Amino acid sequence: MTLQIEKSAPRTEKTTQQNRGKVRLREHLMGWLFVGPFGIVFLALLIAPLAYALYLSLFQKKLIGGTSFVFLDNYVKAFTDPSFLSGSWFVIRFSLVSIPLQIIIALAMALILDAVTNAFTRFSRLMIFLPYAIPTVIGAVMWGFLYSKNFGPLTDIFALFGGTAPNFLSSNLIFIGLVNIVTWQWAGYYMIILYAALQGIDPALYEAARMDGAGKWQVALRIKIPLIAPALILILVFSLIGTLQFFNEPQILRSLAAGAIGPDYTPNMYAYQQAFSLANFNYGSAISFALGGVVFIGVYAFLFFTRKRRSFL
Amino acid sequence: MSNRPRPQRNLPLQVFLGFLVVYFLVPFWWVIVNSSKDAPGLFGGGNTLWFADNIDYLGNLQQLFTYDNGLYGRWILNSTLYAIAGGVGATLLAVMAGYGFAKYRFAGRRFSFALVLGALMVPATALVIPTFMMFSQLGLTNTIWAVILPSLLNPFGVYLMHVYARDAIPNEILDAARADGAGEVRTFLQVALPLMRPAVVTVLLLSAVASWNNYFLPLAMLSDNRLFPVTVGLGLWQGIASGNNAGTTSLWSLIILGALVSVIPLVIAFFTLQRHWRGGLSVGGLR
Repeated sequence: MTLQIEKSAPRTEKTTQQNRGKVRLREHLMGWLFVGPFGIVFLALLIAPLAYALYLSLFQKKLIGGTSFVFLDNYVKAFTDPSFLSGSWFVIRFSLVSIPLQIIIALAMALILDAVTNAFTRFSRLMIFLPYAIPTVIGAVMWGFLYSKNFGPLTDIFALFGGTAPNFLSSNLIFIGLVNIVTWQWAGYYMIILYAALQGIDPALYEAARMDGAGKWQVALRIKIPLIAPALILILVFSLIGTLQFFNEPQILRSLAAGAIGPDYTPNMYAYQQAFSLANFNYGSAISFALGGVVFIGVYAFLFFTRKRRSFL
Repeated sequence: MSNRPRPQRNLPLQVFLGFLVVYFLVPFWWVIVNSSKDAPGLFGGGNTLWFADNIDYLGNLQQLFTYDNGLYGRWILNSTLYAIAGGVGATLLAVMAGYGFAKYRFAGRRFSFALVLGALMVPATALVIPTFMMFSQLGLTNTIWAVILPSLLNPFGVYLMHVYARDAIPNEILDAARADGAGEVRTFLQVALPLMRPAVVTVLLLSAVASWNNYFLPLAMLSDNRLFPVTVGLGLWQGIASGNNAGTTSLWSLIILGALVSVIPLVIAFFTLQRHWRGGLSVGGLR
């Protein structure tokens, strides 16, 4: 556009440059005016806390001798602390099991809802999405009831077949109990994102594939899934970030399954315990910062990796 | 090859879908059924998936809202305040910033946008402890601001608005408005904002839901239970109820009904606004 103006309306070099300078300055100002308010919040509530966490994590508070600078000692302590390590190992195992499960279920539901449209599937779509509107805390409370021996239905259902109900609040089965809660909570949300992506595909592609003799399964596997790969990667990232900072559900179930879930069950719970139960804010900050750093690097590496891989899908 | 749907071939898929729907609805059904029971009905060993003989929603509701001087009602009001203040504030900031990033080429734009994208990967809970420490030095902990201010930060909202503003607002329209003599602010309010409406509703809903659902932040920030949102409040009750099983059987029925009542506002919001948010949600998912 600028080129056209210069061609059609010849003017002296000087005024153009002056005008352009004015326009540029105004654009800078207006840009910052719009971005500025968020920028202030961003600095005050993201950058400042992160910097402060880093600062705090470099100190140690002792009963005798007060607070002293210890450099990376807190991090050395964290990465050799059995509580932190077992918590980290738990969230990694939990991610490896629960994320693929959630995505497979979400993908299956999205493909069905995309292929079959009638009143029942429209109703199903809403009902499957419903748990997303439920706070994770309330979801955990609800499932805690269902798992409970006192008022859950499991005892009755298994008694019908003469069996004993599995106790999902016991230390053997709590892992499965938590996987189930998380899947129930999030699969519907991921389904909606995938469904929206599927609806955005040009139907002419399916027609062309059918002409070439592709069946329904082949269309789903070879056309639909590759085309929604960006949406799949997006929900993978969401679920990875969410799962690594796992806190609400185990914290709520703790009161029902005290023997199965310790106060250091996940890194976030451990940081919370250190900071708020033991007033050990320096070490709590170090755990928070280490967790944040690991998640950031992990997700960044994942995005980098999939960016290369995506073209092969 | 006809495009006519063939229901008989889809039947297995629909049966499978039916099973999934039952799975997703079971917890709601359990809560709806059991919030109608009194303590004996709850612990009497009756059918846990069906109503007891005496259905007493009104009595239970009255108990819920009068227990401990109407504490539960306060929690609901607090949650509403936090969700509205956090949601509206975060959306306002996100809309402006997204528009600014999309439509102005200002110095430092690429760098600051890269920072916002990086912030998407920072887990929100990692900020809770240091924010608490900062706020406690400013005397802000245990006030409503301790919950509202951190909710204003929504980098994903900025990202979503940026993508939407970039694609849904043609530069020509903005230039035309400017040529007609409209200032930048008026151009934004009267030309750009109406075009961004689906994304605005989506971001508003997502940030309000995030505030309503928040647990870790208020749990850390607040010690006065009269400031609790409903999530922290019910968590507190549940801890008390399971702590001493014998004396607090009545608290369990309050928790069950409390859980049911607390999810009703969001369920209604989602269903009534679904036309708006579904269009906006796909924007973030496609890119």
